[in-house]
Parts: sequence; structure tokens; C-alpha cells
Amino acid sequence: MTSSMLFNVTTLTYMVSMLLFFAFLASRNRTVGLAASSAAYFGFIVQTVAIALRWKESYDIGHGHAPLSNLYESVVFFSWTIILIYGLIEFKYKYRVIGAFVVPFALLGMAWAQLGLSSGIEPLVPALQSNWLLYHVITCFLGYAAFAVACGISIMYLVKEKQEGATGDAQAGGIIAQFPSIKVLDDLNYKAIMIGFPLLTIGIITGAAWANYAWGTYWSWDPKETWSLIVWFIYAAFLHARITRGWVGRRAAILSIVGFAATIFCYLGVNLFLSGLHSYGK
Amino acid sequence: MTTSKRGFMESAWDFFCSLKLSISLLIGLAATSIIGTVIPQSPPREYLESISAAKIKLYSALGFFDMYHSWWFILLLYLLTINLVACSVKRLPRIWKFISEPTLIFDDGLEKTLSLTHQFKMEGDAATLKEKMAAFLKGEFAEPVVTEVDGEYHLFAQKAPYSRLGVYVVHLSIIVIFIGALIGSFFGYKAYVQIAEGTSTSLVYKQGEERPFDLGFAVRCEKFSVSFYDTGSPKEFKSILTVLENGQPVSGYENIPIVVNSPLTYKGITFYQSSYGPAGDGAVYYFTAQNSKGGAPVQVAARKEERIPLPGGAFMRVLESTQDVRPFMPMFSGPAVRIEYLPASGEPQLVVLLRDYPDFDRQRGGELIFTYAGADEKFYTGLQVAKDPGVWVVWAGCSLMVLGIFIAFFLSHKRLWFRIANGRVTVGGTASKNQPAFQLFFDGLTEKLKKM
Repeated sequence: MTSSMLFNVTTLTYMVSMLLFFAFLASRNRTVGLAASSAAYFGFIVQTVAIALRWKESYDIGHGHAPLSNLYESVVFFSWTIILIYGLIEFKYKYRVIGAFVVPFALLGMAWAQLGLSSGIEPLVPALQSNWLLYHVITCFLGYAAFAVACGISIMYLVKEKQEGATGDAQAGGIIAQFPSIKVLDDLNYKAIMIGFPLLTIGIITGAAWANYAWGTYWSWDPKETWSLIVWFIYAAFLHARITRGWVGRRAAILSIVGFAATIFCYLGVNLFLSGLHSYGK
Repeated sequence: MTTSKRGFMESAWDFFCSLKLSISLLIGLAATSIIGTVIPQSPPREYLESISAAKIKLYSALGFFDMYHSWWFILLLYLLTINLVACSVKRLPRIWKFISEPTLIFDDGLEKTLSLTHQFKMEGDAATLKEKMAAFLKGEFAEPVVTEVDGEYHLFAQKAPYSRLGVYVVHLSIIVIFIGALIGSFFGYKAYVQIAEGTSTSLVYKQGEERPFDLGFAVRCEKFSVSFYDTGSPKEFKSILTVLENGQPVSGYENIPIVVNSPLTYKGITFYQSSYGPAGDGAVYYFTAQNSKGGAPVQVAARKEERIPLPGGAFMRVLESTQDVRPFMPMFSGPAVRIEYLPASGEPQLVVLLRDYPDFDRQRGGELIFTYAGADEKFYTGLQVAKDPGVWVVWAGCSLMVLGIFIAFFLSHKRLWFRIANGRVTVGGTASKNQPAFQLFFDGLTEKLKKM
């Protein structure tokens, strides 16, 4: 058994999970909902094993490093963290249905990684040969994943709000009736960002500490650094908006989606469109 | 002070205290920061030549080529600082009073503001009940403050009141980080130096300065080496450095290997492996050439592109060299060169020679058999030199920020009040965060009270 086979199983399982979540939305059948999130967790376990196996394989071929060193590995890890954060939020707040808007992000990541990215285990370039790699990448991606979950919840918020506005009835029927109330969604959005913001903060700080250790400067306004700060500013604005009248609800949801768009640009856009110190993430 | 002046001062104060300003500044900083990631900072000549003169003029006028140090970006940062100081100054005394002088009396007014309340009938006189409830609170929650008013007892207990200060810790941490950055920019520097193998220097070049800066001590590069993986990607860039004071090696700072991710620090100045390149005139390559029919081998020394005469009227020229041939010839390893061999008669030939396989060239079956003895290649090492006395202040600020965020996000100020009057116990509670979890706790508490 190879990690690559297990990653394929993971991708398929997330696909099944997503379809079950859509069926859950349409059918409102509790069993289907349970099957949907069980599939997601099964995929998560398989993926965990696969990541561990890839780590071992890297030692077997003599490179010996954590599977966090290139774009393929980071996308796989990102989708793993998305399911992890979704699991935490589902476990704590019992709103299974948000999986319908979160699992697709994880599936998208896995599908892209498996179909579009080169999956070879490469040796570590000198710049990455440090334990800071682990701390920096793990905290950043957990943060990104929390923002992905917040974005999924915010999309649900906007959909739900629009329908409630259109029918003028909080008890609107159909698929969307399955959604938690907009008040709950607004609160969950905030909760997800409360998980993501400290992690992003630690991610930026560990990045700065590493940069200082490797290059002698903790901040050099490199595009990646700057974009991570942009993301930080957006979510800091979100957190302050929470305690300002008129910024709860719709505007908060939009800010959360904008924040995640900036996160994705920070993660992928900077490497694809801009040049800088993080070029090994290509 | 006239009223209009007072009005102005007040509205200025209100402006700087407002959360709307904070949100606008944060979003403004986020939006403007994008500019510097799209327009190259301190751009190279090629970029400047690729855009129009009008654009250059506009961009320089707006400070876009060094955007993060432009007056308007710094101004935004200062405004943010003033904003968060003003917000804190305005709100902190109130919060402090709230913590240090909590509401001890559980009157009807307070009861109406609480969403979690409960009332029981209980046996026993007020004083006994008071003792019982105080012990209960101490066991289940926190030690209460007891106040007696007109024969009624009011108990107040709280947990983690200081969690309300978390957000101010974060604000303070940002100021600490800014102070650290300012210390670094006033008392520190970033510089760069190239040191050829076997030589030493005490002069480094600070960023943006033409004239060298004397460190007051010298650094010698004993050796520089680069190694590669099988795939041909670099594995390690390593410089062996020795620190010299008055020309003498400093004990403990001799032959220190530095690689990327492992710098050398001496007297608060840190040297980071940054780049490398060929030093001086470049390498000298050593060969032997022997006639296939026998005879003594001829020693040849050549620089790259140099046309070297060989016995019998032939010539050779070194075209290219590598430290590791594996990326090009996966079956082999070690240093290799490619030479052009011009026989006295006939076509020029391209010949590959491998240092670690001296018999390799025999297979060619040529008149002359070459072996490659290796190169005397000298490198320079490029070192980033940095001094930043403010960096510890920055780390202190960062730690404070993480601490503050955790306090602000994950600790909840929980408060409980008990009122004992007319054989009834009234309980009320509230939490600053995670009300549902507190409600579970509160419900559990009232269940226990019912059973008492």
C-alpha cells in the first residue's frame, strides 16, 4: 500500500461525503446526514494514515522530512486541516449541515492535488531545513482551514438571509430550511474566526522568527509576508466589527468571505503571480 | 476654553476613540498593502525601463517604489497606534472599575438585566442559609463576597475577571512590537559582504549605502562548499568562518560552519549564509593527456575558455564544469568537465571527463586519453550581516500578543450573584463569553441547589 493510493481513496471518500451532504440537504433525512459526516471522518482517518505513510516513505528513500515541503503536500495538508476544523466545530456545536459547504473545499484541494500537481517526494532545499518549517506550516494551515470553514458558513448565511428576505418568513421551506438560523450562522462564523485568528497570528510570528533565524530579518515586506498581514488586518477588522453596531450579520459574512479570498491569494496567488521568498511553494 | 474649541477637541477625541476609525484603518492598511506586492519595491533597472516615464514619475511621487516606508503608509500606522491608544485610554478605566469594584448587591435592577436567573424556596433562617450558600459557592465556583443590606444577604462570586483585559494586552503588544521595530531601525542595520575563500574582511556594505562600514573585527572565510542531492537540487551551502580580532582568531569562534538556517553571531552581529559565486579569475582545471600508444602523460592546467596546446599539434578548451555530474549523467557522480578537443587533423570533438572515473575516456578510443584531476576552484561566500538590538523587544511583543489573544478569546469572565431574603434564594449569573456553555454550568448549579 502506498500513500498515493490512500490519497486517492481520501479524494473519493470526500467526493462521496459531499454528495451525501447534498442528499442530506435535499432529503432532510438524519441518517443521510450521519452517513455524510461519517464519510468525511472516514476520509480524514485515511488521509491521516496517508500523510503519516508519505512521511515514512520520505525516510525510506532517504530524504526524511515532514510532508509539508511543496505545493502538492501543502494542498493535501490544507484539505486535511479543513476537515479537522470542520470536525471540531461539528463536535462542539452540533451543526452537521455546515459540512455541505465545507467538505467541497477539502474535496477541491484533494482533487487538484491528485490530478493537477506533481506528487513526487523531493528532498528539502537548504532554506527549508529547519524545525521551524513544522511549526510555521502547521499553524498557518490550521488558521487557513478555520477561515475556509468560516467562509463556508458565511456563504450559508448569505443564502439563508436572501431567502428569508425574499419570503419574509423565517420558517422558509425547502433545502435552506435545513440551515441553522442566521443568528446561529453569524455566531458560528465568529467562532470559526476565533479559532483561525490566533492560529494565523502564531503562524505569522513563527514565520517571522524563522525568517529572522535564517535570513537575519523578521520582516522584509516580501509579498507572502505582506499578504499574510493583509489577511490579518481583514480578520482584525472583522473582530472589531463584531462589537460595532451595524456590522454584525450580512457585512460580517461578506468580510469573512473577502478574508478567505485574501487567504487563498496569500496561499496560492502570491506563489503563482508574484515573486518572492516563498518561491519553493510552487 | 471656548465652547467651539472644546467641541472640536471633543470631537477629535471621539474620532480617535471610534471603532469605525479602527475598522477603516485596518481595511485601509489591508487594501493599500496590496500595492507594494504588485509593484516591485526598490525595483531593478529592467523594470523601470519596462514602464513609461509618466508611470515612474507618478509611482515615485506616491512613494510606490518603497511603499511600506512612504509617508502616507507610516501615517496610517501612526493613526492606528493613536487609535488603539485612545480606545484603550477611553475604555480601560471603566473596565478597571468594573473589575476592581464589582456590583455586590443583587437588586431587582440587576436581576432584570440577567438572562440566567433562578429562585428557590429554602428552609432555615437567613444567616444559616448565607453560610450554606457561601460554602456551596466556594466549593462549586469561587469564594463569594457577602454583603448584608437590611437583613438580606447578597453573595457575589466571579471567575477570571482579568480576562476583560486581554484585548488591551493585545493593543499594548502592538505598541511593543512597533517600539522594537523602531529600536531596530535606529540602532541596528542590515548589510551584505562577499568574502573569497582564504581571505578576511572587516568591511560590510549597509543597505542603500555606497561606502563600506567597519565592523571593528574581521571575518575570514576558511572554506565554502556546496553539495547536491541526487536530483541535482542543492542540499547544503556551507561556509566555514573564523572571527578575527586584531588579526588573531578569537577562541570559540574558529572554523565555525554556517549554513542556511544556522547563522553565526558575534558581538550582537549575526552572519547568515546568503549566496555564493566564483571568486577572482575563476577556477584552474587540471588534466593529464596521454597518448594511447604509451609514453609519459602530459600535465595540463587550463582556465575556462582558454585554448591550450597539446603535444602533437592538438588543442583543448574547457567549455563547462560541474561540481556534480548526476543531474546530467545519472549513472555517475562527482565533478565533471566538458572540453573541446581539437586534434591536429580532423573534426573538433566534445569530450566529457569525470574526475572520479579516470578510465572513462579510454572508451572513446581516441588518440589522446584524458583524465581530469579536478579543479582548484575558489568561491566567495555571500553573507547577510545583521544587527538588530530591537528584535527581543519584538519577540516580547509577539509573546504578549499571543497571550493577550488567548485571554481575550478563550477566557470568560463569569459572575454569579445569590440573594437570600424571606426564605428565598435568588440566583443570577452571566458570562462575558460562550453564554451557551455558561448556561449549561448554571443549569447544573441550580439542579444541585434544588437537591440541597
